[in-house]
This record gives sequence, C-alpha cells and structure tokens, in this order.
Amino acid sequence: MSRSFWLGGCAASALIICGPAMLTAQEDPAERSLVINGEIEIVTEADAPAHLENLSTIRSGWTFRSPETQTMQMDDFDNPATLGVEAARAKFSSDLGNGESCASCHEAPEELAGVRAVYPKFDESAGEVQTIEMQINECITDRAGAEAWDYDKTDMINMSALMSFVSRGEAVNVAIDGPAAETWERGKEIYYTRYGLLELSCANCHEDNYDNMIRADHLSQGQVNGFPTYRLKNAKLNSVHGRFKGCVRDTMAETFSPGSPEFVALELYVASRGNGLSVEGPAVRN
Amino acid sequence: MAENVTPRVRVPSSASAGETVTIKTLISHQMESGQRKDDAGNTIPRSIINRFVAAFNGETVIDVTMEPAISTNPYFEFQAKIPESGTMSFTWYDDDGSVYEESKEITVG
Repeated sequence: MSRSFWLGGCAASALIICGPAMLTAQEDPAERSLVINGEIEIVTEADAPAHLENLSTIRSGWTFRSPETQTMQMDDFDNPATLGVEAARAKFSSDLGNGESCASCHEAPEELAGVRAVYPKFDESAGEVQTIEMQINECITDRAGAEAWDYDKTDMINMSALMSFVSRGEAVNVAIDGPAAETWERGKEIYYTRYGLLELSCANCHEDNYDNMIRADHLSQGQVNGFPTYRLKNAKLNSVHGRFKGCVRDTMAETFSPGSPEFVALELYVASRGNGLSVEGPAVRN
Repeated sequence: MAENVTPRVRVPSSASAGETVTIKTLISHQMESGQRKDDAGNTIPRSIINRFVAAFNGETVIDVTMEPAISTNPYFEFQAKIPESGTMSFTWYDDDGSVYEESKEITVG
C-alpha cells in the first residue's frame, strides 16, 4: 500500500518536472508553423542574413506569442486586422479629395503584391530612403495631387496593412548597399545606441535578451515583418514607427517622431535584420 | 451613432444531418463603454451592441446579453447541431435602436 502510494507520488512529481520539456510540437509556440487560411505559408524562422553578426537564427515575433494569439493570425476571419485591411480596400478606390484615387493608377491592391517586401528602399527621384508610408504619401501628393495623409493615423496604417496583406508570404528583402548604405549605417547606430534614463538600446532587449521575460512580457527579436500589427493591448493596428516610439518611450527617453529621418533609418536597419522572413503583416500580437 | 457597422459570419454551406458545425461571427463596432472621457473632459456616451441572437429555422441557438466591458468588434464563435437544411440567422441589437441582420443557408445532404 505504502509502496504504491510512494510510486504514485513519484510519477506525479516527475510529471511536474518534465512538464515544460514534454510539450509536443503542436503545443510549443516556438515549434508551430504558420500557414494563413490554410494556403499562405509563412517563414517564421530563418538563417540570419550575413550582415547580422550577433544572431545565427532570426525568428518572427509570431513564434514568441501564446498559442491563442498565434491561432488568431492563422485565419483572416479571426484576425481583427482584417477590418483595417477591408477599410483600406474601400479607401483604395474612393476619392482622395480631387476626383483621383489609388485605383486611378493601380487597378487593384493585388497589383502591388510583393512591393512591401522591399521597403524601406532608396527612391531615386526623392534622393532618400522611403518607407511604404512615404511612398503612399508620394503617390497621394505628387501623382494624384491630393492632400497628404498623417503618417501615423488610421487611414495610413490601414493602407500600409493592405500593402502588407497583398504581399504576405513574400520574403523580406530590403537593400542595404548602394545608395541605401548610408541610411542603413545610421539605423544600425541608432539600434545600438542606449537611450533614456534606463540607458537601453534596442539590442539590449531584442538581441541580448530575446526569449527572456521582461517582467510579464516575453521578449521577441523585435522583427518588423509582421507590421502593421493588431495589438490585443490597444485593440487596433499599430505602425512600425508607433511601436518604435513606444519602445523608446519605455526607456524613459524623449522619442523621435513617427516619420522622422531617425525612425526611417531605424526601420531600414531593423527590416534588414529580418531579410529572409516572410512578410506577415498585418499580424496579431499582444 | 455607430458608424461603419458591418456584420460578418462564417458558416459552412453544407453539413450532414445531425452534424455539429462551428460558426464564427464578427461585427465591426466601436463598443463605446460610456466610461471614457473625450479631450475636453466630457463623458463619451455609451454606444454598444447589447444583444446578439442566432437562430436556426426560427429556433434560438444562442442569445447573448452584452455588457459595456466587451471590447471593440465583438467576435463570437460557437457550435450548433444541424438537424436539417435551413437558414441560420444572426441579429445584433444596437443601443441606438439599430438592428443588424445577416443570414446563411446550410444544406444538409
């Protein structure tokens, strides 16, 4: 009697100790694979690009989230960001204020498939590196002759989400050489610069400590391939620069503004750290 | 007044008799709780969807009372047993008196 009791106790304690290691591939968030709508395969883990010295593997933020959050992204019906995409679709063919619309030049958003994967990129005519938001505004002002949208407001974030949406599954491939090199170097410098009263650089959390907990939050590598992301925290789509701003603010620093040259450079650098992952936006994160 | 309210539902178009199917619904709605204040400090009036009903061939499947703590764009997923061909109807009731309706056919065969 006492022997079987002792055995039972052993089995129970063994289970507790072994618990985390015994997760199956299906249960371990980092081991699941992301297929959206059962058809779009997303690369969530890849070899780090050559320029990245301190990491050997790059991982999408999706691999760090809980299974419930991950699942929301596997079906567009469950992904709340789809509402923003639909709003942008309507906007795409609606009047920009002077009779022109996106659809005046581009027949359908799908025509722009793949575009998101190479942004930010150097624009010859502008003579600077442009984010997709800057490109959208260039279209709106220069080509359509309408009034520019705010960089970090709903219309722009939705349109940026639509651009990601039609490019999902394409490999991120931003150019870091040639005319973009200078901006890329600047972005890299910002990435490794400690800001704020807490004296934290991007790298302190997202390179040195990814996969660790920062209080209750599971630190990711800070990849931007899933942006704009629908955050459960604020129940809306968030832009890359909005997220940068939040991060810098959390170091207790004065932040750069969304759309500022500093954030454009940082976005180029951070995007290049994700070269090889799939465009995944609009993603769902916590 | 609620703006841009669009109901969306996903229902399988066919099922076998007695099969339990999964139904997903989502309605875009700001679900203003009535607890928030605007920049000038005035209370933003409550404006939510307060009831959601799904019925199959007129028989209630689920009837939900919704409260202000429910977040924006309420999403419901539930299961229902489908005994025969028919229509699954969905109705959302807004605080402002608006009623939003959607329905889908399910064929048993």
